[in-house]
Amino acid sequence: MLLIHCPYCEETLPEAEFTYAGQAHVIRPENPSGQTDDQWEEFLFIRANPKGPHYERWRHFHGCGRFFNAVRDTVSDKFLTTYKAGAPRPDLSSLTEGLK
Amino acid sequence: MSQFRVAGKGRVDTGRPVTFTFDGKSYKGVQGDTVASALLANGVHLMGRSFKYHRPRGAVAAGSEEPNALVGTRRGKGRFEPNTRATVQEIWQGLETTSQNKYPSLKWDIGAVNDAAYMLFSAGFYYKTFMWPKNFWHKVYEPFIRAAAGLGVSPTEEDPDHYASRYLHCDVLIVGAGPSGLAAARAAAVDGLKVVLVDENPEAGGTLLSEPQAQIDGKPAWDWLAAEVEALKGLGVRIMTRTTAIGYYHQNMIGMVEKLTDHLPELPADTPRERMWRVRAGQVVLAQGALEKPLVFHGNDRPGVMLAGSAQTYLNRYGVLVGKKPVVLTAHDSAWYAAFDLADAGARVQAIVDTRDTVREDLLAAAQDRGIKVKLAHTATGTTGRLRVNSLRVNPVKGGTVGDGYTIACDAVLMSGGWTPSLHLFSHTKGSLTWDDDLTTFLPKDTPEDCVIAGASRGLWGIEAVLNDGAEKGREVAAALGKAPATMAYAVEADRPGTGTTHKELPTDRSPGKAKAFVDYQNDVTAKDLRLAVREGMRSIEHVKRYTTNGMATDQGKMSNINGLNIAADALGKKQPQVGLTTFRPPYTPTSFGAFAGYHRGEHFEVTRKTQIDGWAEENGAVFEPVGQWRRAWYFPKAGEDMDAAVRRECVATRKSLGIFDASTLGKIEVKGPDAVEFMNRMYTNPWTKLAPGRCRYGLLCGDDGFIRDDGVIGRLSDDCFHVTTTTGGAARVLNMMEDYLQTEWPDLNVWLTSTTEQWSTVALNGPNAAKLLGGLVEGVELTDETFPHMSCVECTVAGMPARLFRISFTGEIGFEVNVPAPMGRKLWETLWEAGQQYGICAYGTETMHVLRAEKGYIIVGQDTDGTVTPYDAGMGWAVGKNKPDFVGMRGLARPDLVAPGRKQLVGLLTDDQSRLEEGAQIVFDPNQPVPMKMVGHVTSSYHSDAVGRPIALALVEGGHDKMGETVHIPMPDRTIAAKITSTIFVDPENARLKI
Repeated sequence: MLLIHCPYCEETLPEAEFTYAGQAHVIRPENPSGQTDDQWEEFLFIRANPKGPHYERWRHFHGCGRFFNAVRDTVSDKFLTTYKAGAPRPDLSSLTEGLK
Repeated sequence: MSQFRVAGKGRVDTGRPVTFTFDGKSYKGVQGDTVASALLANGVHLMGRSFKYHRPRGAVAAGSEEPNALVGTRRGKGRFEPNTRATVQEIWQGLETTSQNKYPSLKWDIGAVNDAAYMLFSAGFYYKTFMWPKNFWHKVYEPFIRAAAGLGVSPTEEDPDHYASRYLHCDVLIVGAGPSGLAAARAAAVDGLKVVLVDENPEAGGTLLSEPQAQIDGKPAWDWLAAEVEALKGLGVRIMTRTTAIGYYHQNMIGMVEKLTDHLPELPADTPRERMWRVRAGQVVLAQGALEKPLVFHGNDRPGVMLAGSAQTYLNRYGVLVGKKPVVLTAHDSAWYAAFDLADAGARVQAIVDTRDTVREDLLAAAQDRGIKVKLAHTATGTTGRLRVNSLRVNPVKGGTVGDGYTIACDAVLMSGGWTPSLHLFSHTKGSLTWDDDLTTFLPKDTPEDCVIAGASRGLWGIEAVLNDGAEKGREVAAALGKAPATMAYAVEADRPGTGTTHKELPTDRSPGKAKAFVDYQNDVTAKDLRLAVREGMRSIEHVKRYTTNGMATDQGKMSNINGLNIAADALGKKQPQVGLTTFRPPYTPTSFGAFAGYHRGEHFEVTRKTQIDGWAEENGAVFEPVGQWRRAWYFPKAGEDMDAAVRRECVATRKSLGIFDASTLGKIEVKGPDAVEFMNRMYTNPWTKLAPGRCRYGLLCGDDGFIRDDGVIGRLSDDCFHVTTTTGGAARVLNMMEDYLQTEWPDLNVWLTSTTEQWSTVALNGPNAAKLLGGLVEGVELTDETFPHMSCVECTVAGMPARLFRISFTGEIGFEVNVPAPMGRKLWETLWEAGQQYGICAYGTETMHVLRAEKGYIIVGQDTDGTVTPYDAGMGWAVGKNKPDFVGMRGLARPDLVAPGRKQLVGLLTDDQSRLEEGAQIVFDPNQPVPMKMVGHVTSSYHSDAVGRPIALALVEGGHDKMGETVHIPMPDRTIAAKITSTIFVDPENARLKI
C-alpha cells in the first residue's frame, strides 16, 4: 500500500484514504461550446500513458475530501511530489534530480 | 523411545510424548516435533505421492521449502487443511494427518501408472497429448485430468475458525531470526528504536538450532541464543515467532501471517487461528538465510533421499537420525559436517561421495578419523528401493568421462547441491539481482525500498560471517534512522566455513532420455523436461517455466529455480543471467484464504446499510434485496404469496388507495451558498434560475460526454439552498463529481456540498388517498393543488416532527415524500401506518416501485440507461436547458455521434402475444434474416402491469422514437416474440391522477 502526502492536510497517509482521479492538468475549456469536435475529443478522451513520471489527480476521499495533483513514476510507483489543485505543474527535471 | 530418536540430542522434550495419527495409524512423537520429524523418528520416510507421476515421496527438507511431504490435517468438523507441510506442522496430542495423491493407499497407488507412462507426460504434455481428437478434450481428457490432478482435497465444510487482522508500525523490521537477524536486532535496538524480529519457526535461532557445536563469544551456541533472546526482549525488541513475512509491498509495507493455534492441542477460546499483520517499517533488514539445493540425478526423489542440511537439522534440532546407514552425496563442504554429526550420533555413514576432485584437507582428515569412506570426483547415476531408498549408484568421473558405476547400500541419501540465497522478499521490492559466477547464483543488488539484506541471503557463509554482517546491517539501518549505534564484533569457534561447486544435472552413463532426474519435486519436472522445452523452442526462462511448470507449484520453486535455470542455460548455451530468473511473487509460503479475508466474512463481508425503517420491514415479513450497500425491502409477501402475487397486490393497492414506501436510501445532497443556483445551472442539464423557492424540478445529470449519469428530484428550499436527491446507488458518485467540478473547475463559486443521505429518513406516500392521510398530520401547509401543487416542497411539521415535505410522484399517483430527522423515521412510518389503516394502507417495496414507475415511463438510471444514453435518447429533451451558456454535457451533446440519426432511443414495447419479455433480451427488425442477426437494441425493463392489464416493457431501439406503432422482434431460444413500439408512458399520459 502506497503512502501519499496530502498537500492540504500536510500529512502522509495510507493509500486506502485516497482515490485516484485521472490525469492532471486536463483543463475544462472556458467556453466548451466554442470548441471544435477535435478539441472536445482531445479534452474528453485523449490521455497520456507514460512510462515514468505521470501527472495525475488524487482525492483525499476519506480525509479532507480535497482533490490534489501528484507526480508519480509509473515504473517505480513512487510519488515524486504532490501539490494543491491549481498550483503550476512542477518542473520534472527538479523532481527527478531529487530522486538520484 | 522411537527407533530413530537419539538420546541427548535435539531441542524436543522427550519427557512429553505426543500421540498423533498418520493415515489412520497411531504414532508417538514428542513435544517439539513436527509431523515429519516424528514420522522420521519412527522410521517412516514415505509421506506422500507426487503430483503427476504419483511416485512415492518422503520429506526432502526440514522447513517451509518442503515440496514433497504435504499432508492433510484435521481437527474436528470444518477444521481440515490440505497441503500442510509435514515439516512445519507441529504435532499435538490427537492430531490427525493423512497423506495425499494416493488411491487406494499410500503404499499401493493406482495413479502410479502415470509413472510408467512417463513418456506421455513430458514437458508441455497438456499442449500436445490432449490436442486430438478435438472433441475428446471436453468429454475425456479434461475430466480425467481434473480427477487426477490437484494437490490434496479441498475442504468442503465451512471453516469455524476466525482470522484476525492488525496493523503494526515499527522503526526496524527484521525478517529472519537466524544469527544475522539476531545480530541485526541487537545492533538496531538502540536509543528507543522500535525493533520487530520475525521468524516463521516456533522459536528464534535459525541455523543456530541446527549447529549446536558452534561457540559464540565463548558460549555454546544454544546458551548464547537463549541469553541473546532474553537480552533482546530486555531491549524492547518484539520477537514474533510462527510468523511468516509473506510479501513485501510498496513503501516498506510487509504482510505477515502469524499462526496462533495450529500447534495447540486445545483451542483457546476467542483466539483467532491466524492473524494477518500489515507492518509499516521505517527500515527493513532481510535475513532470510539460504536454501539448500538438491542434486539432480536419476532417482533423486526416492523416499530417504533428502537434503544433507535437513538431515543435520533433524538430528540436532529434533534428535532424529534420518537413517542408520546414510550415504552422503555432495558438491558442497556443508554436507561433510552433516555426515560428521550423523556419524557422531551413531550412524554408520557408508561414504561421502563428492563431485569435486579436491576437498579441504581438514574435512578429509575428519572423515578419516571417523572411518568414513570418501569418494571424490564421483557422480551419482541412480537409486534403488521401492518405497525407500536402499542403494545409491555412483560412478567415478575422469576428464569428463563417466566410469563404471557401483552401488552403495544405504537407508538414506543425504545430498547437497550447494545453497541458494533466499531472495524472495528482496525480489518483491523490485530489487535488482546480479549474477555471481563463483557462487553460481543470483545475489541482491539494488532495491528501491528502505531495505538492506544481510547474512546468507546475500551469499555469505558461516556463522561468524553472518553474525558480523547482521550487526553491520543493523547498525546501517539504525544510522539511517539517525542513531549512532556502537560497533560489535562476534567471534565464533567451531564454525563451519564452506564452499562448493554448482551443477546442472549430474553427469550420467545412462541414456539421458530415460533418466528421471527431478528438478521440481512438487510438479514432477525433470531435467529431461527442461531440455526438451529448450529443444522445442523455449528461449526465456519464463517460457521454459510455463511450458514445463518448473517452479510453478506451491513451493514456488524454492529448491528448483536455480537448478532449473542452470540446466536451461546449459541447454541454450547461454549464461544464466541471459536466460533470466523467474519472478518471485508473494506470498512466500502458501497462505490461507482466511488470513487474507480476516474479519471480512459472512455478515461482515461488506457493510450492510440499513434504514431506520428496516426493522419494521423485517418484522413485517419483507424480503430484502441489496441496492448499492443498502439492504432494501424488495416486497412484503403475505402468507402464501410469491413475489409476483405480492407485487401485483402492492401495485393495485397503491393505485387504488394508498401505498407507503421507505425511500430513505435515496441519495441526498444539500447544495448551499450564494452561488448555489449558478452551480446547479452548470451541473445539471436543467435551468434552475427561475425555479422559485418552495418548488421542485426533476434534474438530469450528464457527464461532459453528454451521457446521462444520474437523476433525481431537486427542491429549492430557499434562494441559496437546494435539496438534491440522487439515485440510491449513485449518491457517492454524484457528490464526488460535484466536488470535482467545484474544487477544480469552478473554485470561484461560493458553494458548499453536504451529503445528507443519512441525516433524513424519507417516507413516500402514494395513491389517491395520500393527501387525505397526510393532510391531517401536517402543520404549516395546506395540502391542496392551489396551496401546495405537485412539485412543491416546504419545511413544515409532520405528526409533530420537523420535516421537509415534497409533493412529488414516482408512481403517477398523488405523491409525497416526507423527510424527517433520521432517528424519527420509524416513528413517522408507524404513525402514518396507523393513520393509514382507514385507507387500507399498503407497504410496498422496491419491486412495486419499479413497476409503478415503469407504467409511467420514468427511467431508472443504470437500468434503462447504460452510460451511452443521452437525455434525447431517453426522450427527455425537455429536461435540457437549451438557453444556458453551458452545463456539464452541453458540448458533449453536440458531438457528431450524439446528433447522428439511428441512435438507440427509449421506447415502450407491448408484445403481440401478451407475454412478458425478458429484461436484457436483444431486439431485431427482421426476424427472418440469417444468423448472426443485426441487433438493434434490447429490453431494459419488463413487468406485468395490472394497471394496463398486460405486460409492459421499456426498450432501447435504434431510431425508436420515429417507429411508433411498428413491430420489432425479440428472438428467444424457443421462439421469436413480436412486439409493438409504443410511447413509454402506459398509464395516465395526461397526469390527471396527480391532481388532488
